[in-house]
Amino acid sequence: MSTADIDSIHPLELDQPRFSVKNPAVRYDKQGELPDVQRVELAMRAFVKDFGAVAATYLESCIHCGMCADACHFYVATEDPKYTPIWKLEPFKQAYKREAGPFAAIYRVLNLKKKVTVEQLEAWQELIYDSCTMCGRCTLVCPMGIDIASLVGLARHGMNQAGLVPHELWAVAERAQREGSPLGATPKVFKDRCEWLADDNQVDIPVDKVQADVVATMSSIEIMKYPDSIVATAKILNHLGLNWTFRSDGYEATNFGMLSGNSAWQQEASMKLIHATIAAGAKLLILPECGHAYGAIRWQGANIYGKPLPFRVLHISEFLAENTQNGAIKTKPLDKTLTFHDPCQISRRGGAIEAPREVLNGLGVVPIEMKDTRGLNWCCGGGGGVVTIHRADPIRYKAFQIKMRQVDDTGAELLVSSCSNCRQTFDDGQDHFHWDKTMLSLLELVADNLEEK
Amino acid sequence: MDLLQFARGPALTWAATVFVFGITWRLVGILLLQRSPDFSEARNATSWLGAIKLIVTRSWPRREFRQRTLFAQSVGYIFHIGLVIIVFGFAPHILFFKALTGLVWPNLPSAVINLTSAITLAALIVVLVRRLSHPVLRLLSNFDDYFSWLVTFAPVATGMLTVAHFGARYETLLAIHILSVALLLVWFPFGKLMHSALVFISRGTTGALFERKGASI
Ligand code: SF4
Ligand code: SF4
Repeated sequence: MSTADIDSIHPLELDQPRFSVKNPAVRYDKQGELPDVQRVELAMRAFVKDFGAVAATYLESCIHCGMCADACHFYVATEDPKYTPIWKLEPFKQAYKREAGPFAAIYRVLNLKKKVTVEQLEAWQELIYDSCTMCGRCTLVCPMGIDIASLVGLARHGMNQAGLVPHELWAVAERAQREGSPLGATPKVFKDRCEWLADDNQVDIPVDKVQADVVATMSSIEIMKYPDSIVATAKILNHLGLNWTFRSDGYEATNFGMLSGNSAWQQEASMKLIHATIAAGAKLLILPECGHAYGAIRWQGANIYGKPLPFRVLHISEFLAENTQNGAIKTKPLDKTLTFHDPCQISRRGGAIEAPREVLNGLGVVPIEMKDTRGLNWCCGGGGGVVTIHRADPIRYKAFQIKMRQVDDTGAELLVSSCSNCRQTFDDGQDHFHWDKTMLSLLELVADNLEEK
Repeated sequence: MDLLQFARGPALTWAATVFVFGITWRLVGILLLQRSPDFSEARNATSWLGAIKLIVTRSWPRREFRQRTLFAQSVGYIFHIGLVIIVFGFAPHILFFKALTGLVWPNLPSAVINLTSAITLAALIVVLVRRLSHPVLRLLSNFDDYFSWLVTFAPVATGMLTVAHFGARYETLLAIHILSVALLLVWFPFGKLMHSALVFISRGTTGALFERKGASI
């Protein structure tokens, strides 16, 4: 399949609760025309390339205790042993032992670990992509402290090189690379939206100011599905009287290169934001309500840039928390009970755990915490690109039921989060189960309740 | 040279050599790999605290996981503690370590050692039965898991038989016991038994990396 086919073969589906490409009648889960042997070789080389002491330590340390299964929503929801987190890496563990570990020579000579085959990798595609959101909950149970989620990230690099990415995830990643956004939010679309949103809402939305102290970004999901978030961002930044801007050369913070395992695409997407922020002479880059975007720039951005970033990076919830605590943002009290869903990449793996709670306190609310909360929360099941993959729907819905039970158990009236990908996963789950809870955005909640100055 | 002399002499010496060189090779092989610098702005500068924190706190299950993992962890604890008591509390073992290092410490009464050995063997059998019957463990398990179990079980079992003078001449039993320990030493660097060292490196690595970000550990 060639890139030219992308619009006809992978039309976007933007009228459903979940935005992705349409459910493909014929799946193309294998990209390119490479011979199988070469696919395996490329997969292994890419896997080993990023391989440092950390990954080696992890792959050497597993004691096959199986406890990671008990932390993973996909295993707990199905009790199917193949969803055991560390099993999702089996071919890569096998390859590591055979090709790269300290005793690799012995393994090879005695053929103690077989060569990985393309059939094996194809079979594992479902485990590495469809049934892992890279949420990292398993990392917290592992008695050896192995960060399984980061290994899945490495394995995706290998799978990508081999051309073995699930159809939908490859299609949206390719579109993002070509158009600047996975869901059709091209620079032109973004600018147009900002213009009509500004008119409709009587709010100033600066785009492409030459100099600004703050550069704000959005996720494609917000631009296309939740444009109110753009308005909310503008309202709050204007309310604070900041010299800020969106930049049409760096507005889209999602990174499907990262999720699909394409390091080059990941790098390109991240560098756009970095260059745009530097070009504006800004001291602060605000990342939107998007989980993986936070990891991509806050924790990986500087390493892609090759040196410390010359500006601060904050997730919007951290930005709101700072300005709530210093009294710059004043909000009307919210007279409702509420529970907060921690987005895995921001809370558990990103470390911005208290920020949303501080924002909620500013709204006069102490959230009713779910039973497993903060860093121990259960994933919504849609992260890591999983929500784009139609084939993964049945298992994702099963995992989502854990989340629904948790939310229902709190008895809270409102449900809030700070990740638009979680939000669309909740929207989709709500639609599927005819659930009575609607996920709200923390950002929009603050903007809607701003106290006039 | 009779069997006991062989066991005490060349067998143990060679096993110890493989043990030391194997462990060094494996650890150096991992630790010498490159570590990329991290240019992101740290949330917490004292990442080593996270390493220590995770090394300590991961030793028991968190409340959120307790219900699902308590049984496995309890049985694990029982046989690990049992092995430590047997290896370091039994008088003849202490004599062996004294000859090796010059260090000496008080021993535990034989009755305690016998009871501990019985409990340890029982726990190891439970562990094996679980590995063979639990769908997750059955799927994950490979040769290393079963062989490592065997070389752990054998010294405890043969040790008990030796103390009880059961089944053969004492010297023969003792020789078999020592040979089983030699087998354990030889296998140690190659399989999962290495977790006794790797546990600190692996937990410490994650603890430090995560503390830097303020991520949950
Ligand atoms: S990272 Fe999350 S989804 Fe992936 S295996 Fe671990 S617990 Fe499961
Ligand atoms: S919990 Fe950790 S040590 Fe146990 S099987 Fe999973 S990855 Fe391996």
